[in-house]
Amino acid sequence: MAQFIEEQEIIAIAREELPARAAQLAKEGWRIVHVACIVQGDQLELLYAFDRAYKLVNYRVLVPKSDPVVPSISGVYLAAFAYENELQDLFGMRVDGLVLDFKGQFYRKRHQAPFNPPTCAPAEPAAPAPAAGN
Amino acid sequence: MPFFSFAGLVAKAAVSKPATRLAAREPFAATRGHVVIQISACNFCTLCAKRCPTDAIEVDRGGRVWRIDRLKCIQCRACVDACTKKSLTLDPHYSPAMTAKDVESFKGEAPPPKPAAPAA
Amino acid sequence: MAQRTIVPFGPQHPVLPEPIHLDLVLEDELVVQAIPSIGYVHRGLEGLAQKKDFHEMVYVAERICGICSFIHGMGYCTGIEALLQLDIPKRANRLRVILGELSRIHSHILWAGLLADAFGFESLFMHSWRVRELILDLLEEATGGRVIFGICKVGGMRRDIDDDQLKRMLDKLDGIERECCVITEPLLNDSTVRKRTVGVGMLPQETAHLLGAVGPTARASGIAMDARRLGYAGYNKLNFEPIVETGCDSHARSAVRVREIYQSFDLIRQAIADTPGGDVDLKLKPGVNPKGHYAARLEQPRGEVVYYFEGNGTPNLHRFRVRTPTFANVAPLVKMLEGCQLADVPVIVLTIDPCISCTER
Repeated sequence: MAQFIEEQEIIAIAREELPARAAQLAKEGWRIVHVACIVQGDQLELLYAFDRAYKLVNYRVLVPKSDPVVPSISGVYLAAFAYENELQDLFGMRVDGLVLDFKGQFYRKRHQAPFNPPTCAPAEPAAPAPAAGN
Repeated sequence: MPFFSFAGLVAKAAVSKPATRLAAREPFAATRGHVVIQISACNFCTLCAKRCPTDAIEVDRGGRVWRIDRLKCIQCRACVDACTKKSLTLDPHYSPAMTAKDVESFKGEAPPPKPAAPAA
Repeated sequence: MAQRTIVPFGPQHPVLPEPIHLDLVLEDELVVQAIPSIGYVHRGLEGLAQKKDFHEMVYVAERICGICSFIHGMGYCTGIEALLQLDIPKRANRLRVILGELSRIHSHILWAGLLADAFGFESLFMHSWRVRELILDLLEEATGGRVIFGICKVGGMRRDIDDDQLKRMLDKLDGIERECCVITEPLLNDSTVRKRTVGVGMLPQETAHLLGAVGPTARASGIAMDARRLGYAGYNKLNFEPIVETGCDSHARSAVRVREIYQSFDLIRQAIADTPGGDVDLKLKPGVNPKGHYAARLEQPRGEVVYYFEGNGTPNLHRFRVRTPTFANVAPLVKMLEGCQLADVPVIVLTIDPCISCTER
């Protein structure tokens, strides 16, 4: 029996086009499925997945790590607030125009952006080894 | 519309014995309880330690000691399936409760002496 | 003018099965707004995928949640098998379907008990968990575990469930189905239960679609979407239709789940009748690692779950992303809570069947 493999379509778009494209998809009756973020070296790859009548389509947006800002689609798809807050919390991104913005506190956690830790100045050198002759 | 539809069941449950069973009931044959080793059959190849996903097993090849941390073991049977000498089995009974973190060790006997090389 | 107060609901609450926090803005017992906050059981399991060998990651994927554990394991294996272009034997697929549907039945029975507990019907709660024990016994006899089975692996199943066992399972199913009727009858028809669920938590179809509701939450609002229709694991050879209700309220959501229990019994019988002999495992070539990307969609008891994989040719996955159904149902929940009474909040929260361990991975 042949294994079922779903067709995966990925369309690359620029981040500025996101709100317009989301409005068009909403008019055509697409449902938002999820928003995923993958750390690819120096860039963050965002995948916005939509579904209509059992067909899944992904939109890929590449965002440089140095400028992690992306416009929000929660004006059109209110459900996206949960996914975009997760992007802010776990990946340290900034989403402009979020309808329900938790400002990084949606997940109650201690560390900032645990999946995309900010590269800062090298850590403090470890305490010097105890003097010989102990 | 039915009223008090559960009254019969409640009355029956009130007079019958409890439905909760003690943990000490006889387990099924396939139940994953705890890992048991027959140390005399073990050849300390360390395959079980390599396959263990939680690193619960520790094998000391030189000293011929096999250790298992029962609290880390998730009874996944990866070690049982990997063992080439079939010295590991999964017993259906759960391991008893512990009051302190402990690692169980089993020491194997010294390896059998190698046969002397035949005279030239 | 009515006075506004903010009542924190959760994370510790006698009615909630798992910790979620909702700040309820109230105007004299009427909920005006609900603000969710999660993160109490966040374990960072997606980050763990980058550290563990992809074969061992099945054990972690199974432990994302206790109630939906089998389908998490199955979804992970389905995705990796698609990345590796593996064609697993038909018997393995059928066994996965049987165990998946048994999981679905046990999850819905558990949910029925929790919903009854939410409005104080303790006897129904206790009895449904008694019936659930019968299903857990079936699962323990077949796989060795009650909650975490440890039976799925990349390439098929780790152990076979032989035909005698399947026949014994089939014989016991009739008895369990009769016991289920004892629970589902009062849940749908009892007058006091109807007073608490009919007309409570309305979610119109347009709102459900726009907010991305999945699973029984969406199907009770008339959206006919069931990810099992995609046809993974041989579901396309089984005969079933998505169960849809048009009530849009809590009673409709209960009705969808109740009918799904009986549909699952039917699917198990179909699958057992169609299980061929043969292997349950595909021997994998050592050293072959997943490469590329794939999104696997499955139907959990709570709705559609999406697993996104990205492999880079090494034994550790580059990215493993799980979007669980309760995460997608958070937005509809927030919408449903607006305009309800404070006493209806637990009922509405439980009708989306929240599984917060899944939501926060």
